[in-house]
Amino acid sequence: MTTRLVVHAHRTHASRLVMQILNYFVLGVLGAVFLIPVYLLVVTSLKSNSAVSLTTMWSLPNSFGLSGLSQAWQQVAPDMLNSVYLAVSATIVSAGIGSLNGYALSKWTFRGSNVIYFFILLGMFIPYQITLIPLLRVLDAIHLFNTIPGLALVHIVYGIPIMTLIFRNFFAEIPTDLVEAAQIDGTGYWGVYRHIILPLSIPGFVVAGIWEFTQVWNDFLFGVTVTEPPHQPVTVAIVNIAGSQHIQWNVLMSSTLIASLPTLIIYLILGRYFVRGLLAGSVKG
Amino acid sequence: MNKWKVASSLGTGFISLSLVSATALTSAYAAGSSSGQVDLFSWWTGKASSKALQTVINIYEAQHKGQKVVNDAVAGGAGSNAKAVLASRMEAGNPPSTFQVHVGNGSLLSWIQAGDMTPLNFLYKSQGWYKAFPKSLLNLMTVKGNIYAVPIDMQRANVLWYNTAIFKKYKLSPPSTFAAFFKDAAILKSHGITPLALANHGNWETTLLWSDVLLGTVGRVEYNKLMDGKASWTSKGVVEASKNYLKMMTYVNSDYEALHWAQADGLVADGKAAMNVMGDWAQGYFTTTAGLKPLKQFGWAATPGTKGVFAAVSDAFGLPSKLSGKAKTNAINFLKVVGSAKAQTEFNPLKGTFSPRLDANPQSYDAYGKDAMKSYKKDPLVLVPGQGGLNPGFTTALENAMSVFTSNKNVNQFLSTLASAAKTNPLP
Amino acid sequence: MSVLPETDQTISSPPTQAIRHRRRLSPNKVWSLVTLTPSIILLAVFVYYFIFWTGYVSFSNWNSFIQNMSWNGFNNYIAVFQSFRFQSDLRNMVFFTVGYMVGCLVLGMLLALLIDQKIKGEGILRSVFLYPMAISAAATGVIWNWILNPTTGLNLILKALGVHHLPQWYLSTAIVPNFNIGYIQGGLPLALVAVLIASLWQWTGFAMALYLAGLRAIPEEIKEAARIDGAGAFRTFWSVILPHLRPITTTAVVMLMAASLKVFDLIYAMTGPGSNFVTDLPALNMFDTTFQGNEFAQGAAIATVLLILVLIFIIPYLIYTIRREAA
Repeated sequence: MTTRLVVHAHRTHASRLVMQILNYFVLGVLGAVFLIPVYLLVVTSLKSNSAVSLTTMWSLPNSFGLSGLSQAWQQVAPDMLNSVYLAVSATIVSAGIGSLNGYALSKWTFRGSNVIYFFILLGMFIPYQITLIPLLRVLDAIHLFNTIPGLALVHIVYGIPIMTLIFRNFFAEIPTDLVEAAQIDGTGYWGVYRHIILPLSIPGFVVAGIWEFTQVWNDFLFGVTVTEPPHQPVTVAIVNIAGSQHIQWNVLMSSTLIASLPTLIIYLILGRYFVRGLLAGSVKG
Repeated sequence: MNKWKVASSLGTGFISLSLVSATALTSAYAAGSSSGQVDLFSWWTGKASSKALQTVINIYEAQHKGQKVVNDAVAGGAGSNAKAVLASRMEAGNPPSTFQVHVGNGSLLSWIQAGDMTPLNFLYKSQGWYKAFPKSLLNLMTVKGNIYAVPIDMQRANVLWYNTAIFKKYKLSPPSTFAAFFKDAAILKSHGITPLALANHGNWETTLLWSDVLLGTVGRVEYNKLMDGKASWTSKGVVEASKNYLKMMTYVNSDYEALHWAQADGLVADGKAAMNVMGDWAQGYFTTTAGLKPLKQFGWAATPGTKGVFAAVSDAFGLPSKLSGKAKTNAINFLKVVGSAKAQTEFNPLKGTFSPRLDANPQSYDAYGKDAMKSYKKDPLVLVPGQGGLNPGFTTALENAMSVFTSNKNVNQFLSTLASAAKTNPLP
Repeated sequence: MSVLPETDQTISSPPTQAIRHRRRLSPNKVWSLVTLTPSIILLAVFVYYFIFWTGYVSFSNWNSFIQNMSWNGFNNYIAVFQSFRFQSDLRNMVFFTVGYMVGCLVLGMLLALLIDQKIKGEGILRSVFLYPMAISAAATGVIWNWILNPTTGLNLILKALGVHHLPQWYLSTAIVPNFNIGYIQGGLPLALVAVLIASLWQWTGFAMALYLAGLRAIPEEIKEAARIDGAGAFRTFWSVILPHLRPITTTAVVMLMAASLKVFDLIYAMTGPGSNFVTDLPALNMFDTTFQGNEFAQGAAIATVLLILVLIFIIPYLIYTIRREAA
């Protein structure tokens, strides 16, 4: 009996090792595939414009040059700050509204609140292209056309559904007992939010914040339609480089790299909190 | 809970950052709007074209102290994003001060018909522009005696570019007929060289090739009738042209759907392909990006059968009718600069185009520019369907039909689609 | 769980009822509605009014810059449905949406399972799979246009590895299997696979993060059992782990569905509509029709059809989810 157990343990040990190696192998290969675009992005950024060609796209640059990067920086730098203002403010407000909605929809449901939830959620599925003409009319009417606040408003509104979804699911995980106990203590609606819900919702804010920040930062369509220079976000500058008659590929790749840095950094630093934040409850459907 | 300490401190940092930025935002917004400005809309975002546009802006700003021109340029293949933004703004009743538009029966005519444009006859009179530009060009911007735009540049769309080294090596000369083209192409193909480089990533390049083939096959008179909706799209000539096009397609690089137009010219520059049909904006690519010498390393000719005809693509600026008061005055003043000899002489050499003014000095331009100018001044102009020449609805239908035609090679189906498109979107 | 007993009264019920149930109509629920009101108003304008407006335009004659709002009946819809391009779009949309959803979920779950094996370098791997989300769709399109260019991109590497029949990626005009429906060919356009690869690259990491979070929430003993007994691992996965991940799949489906509608930027930059419309989707068609052709009413008709198709799929799903949760 004992020997059989030992043998069994041995076998599992060996097979586990094989499994582990296989596991690393598969992850390594997939990881390499996922990194191909970054390789291209970096390599092309470092080439001079005349050295960029499709036939030599995989090869390393012959000479190390920063001309692409410096040109790209000149072209995108003025708009970087716009994007920062825009993405930060839109993310904060949208996540704030989302958390309040989530609180209301998960902790203080009333008859019809599911209908409201449904009404809000459906907003996620509107194809943005169809909104352009009426959107400009509305923004013009409220004097927010060609302003960063106007563009922020657009992002806030279209961010509300998904922010509400994330927070509602997140708060559903917070025991209702906590809320009821506080209520018996005489804490009101806003008191419960401030003293119980908000302190527990930081992980939710991380998930919602990362999501919304990325969406706003990478948006092109609204940026190009709602604003003109000097109020335009950085994506417009990039597409302007990409869509011009003579594309300077090294500048294009460089500017893509530069413009992706803020979101990349957020993913690298907050990536683990993203997963943990999801774990903390926001994934429960 | 410890791991959340890090997260929460990050969160707090995030929130305080947002408060700072919100404050900055409000102040930036308050300082934002000023009165004396011209909102200039174009799709010129490239290095050369934005530099060129900047010279026009500089001239205006020097003449009108204290005013600012906002260069609102939006890119997109042949202005596709730009057109979307402009259409949204115009339809929402919020036009820019002035905007780029191709001359011809495309968007310009549609805007005019919709009553969105102000006639500029007064400006032409006061600036003496009736004599400054050739009648053939003014006709492309005139509706019922009213003229609606100010042209700034001129480009030719029926140009065949070729690699001189390859042509010399195989003792070829630029083909002026389709028979000659196919003869040359067969020779090149037998030597493993792609005879004709083609791109179609922008979805307009094959249409350009086809329309040049159409012009070369049916001739100018019949071509103009087609453009004016006075000839049948299913006639023998159009069938023959479409067959010529299909035959040409057997000599192109296989990855044309993937390439940007400049990448197709790159194939010619690299010696991988011998020829390319493209507007004369390709010249800027050959000289500036590829660093080739005109005539020595790359040459040009009219596309087969189109010698003596100038397929015109001209960018112009117009005056939206919804403007009023100070904004209108500013826009008119800006248009005066656009049409002036001074601005055009500075603008065009930088942009790689030439000035459509009759008094433009050929010495300002390189070998190609001089050549194109000569043709422009003596040859009749024709419209180019894919470049703002025709009704936008028809053009989209044409490009859609082109995509199917290039793939299934069914001439009859293609032409009957065009005929019905011309019925729903009457030409001109 | 979160849903309170059904005895709650709606705020807007007649006063007599409200008085009868006064005890239950707490001010907190009034606050709840007050909290939601701004969002309701904003979405009513920016989503529902715009949809209404689009629907209205789709029945008009506004097919040039002249804003002609006269009644055109269903003519725009008829023209749209009869067009070769739109029929191709519908075929592509079915294949794209299914491929995208299934691909993201399966690949995302696979990655999550592999990473959740107490491996070294987990943080790095997670970042590697997650970072594509940080790159804008337009840039993604340009990069994958290069990589999957059959004459130069990945194929150069495949060729060096000795692969003979190199894929044509997004330039392929082949449709498998090839049968005719109406004007168009049915089947999967192979070019769409290339577009799918690029969009999976961008979004799989998100599904992975969701599933990883879900796996972490499963008690260790259960997963350990799945690991030790190698033969039963698959069964354990199927009968124990998968059910635990069901709520996550629900969230992922909703969010990925919304994301799949935003694939416009990527395709626009990567391939455009493609030869014979093999990579076209209704959103691109709508954009071209509206802003290139200036056929605003026809564009609106495409948008309306697109919206209806999405809603047909998503509304039952949302209702089912909300109901199940309430039960």
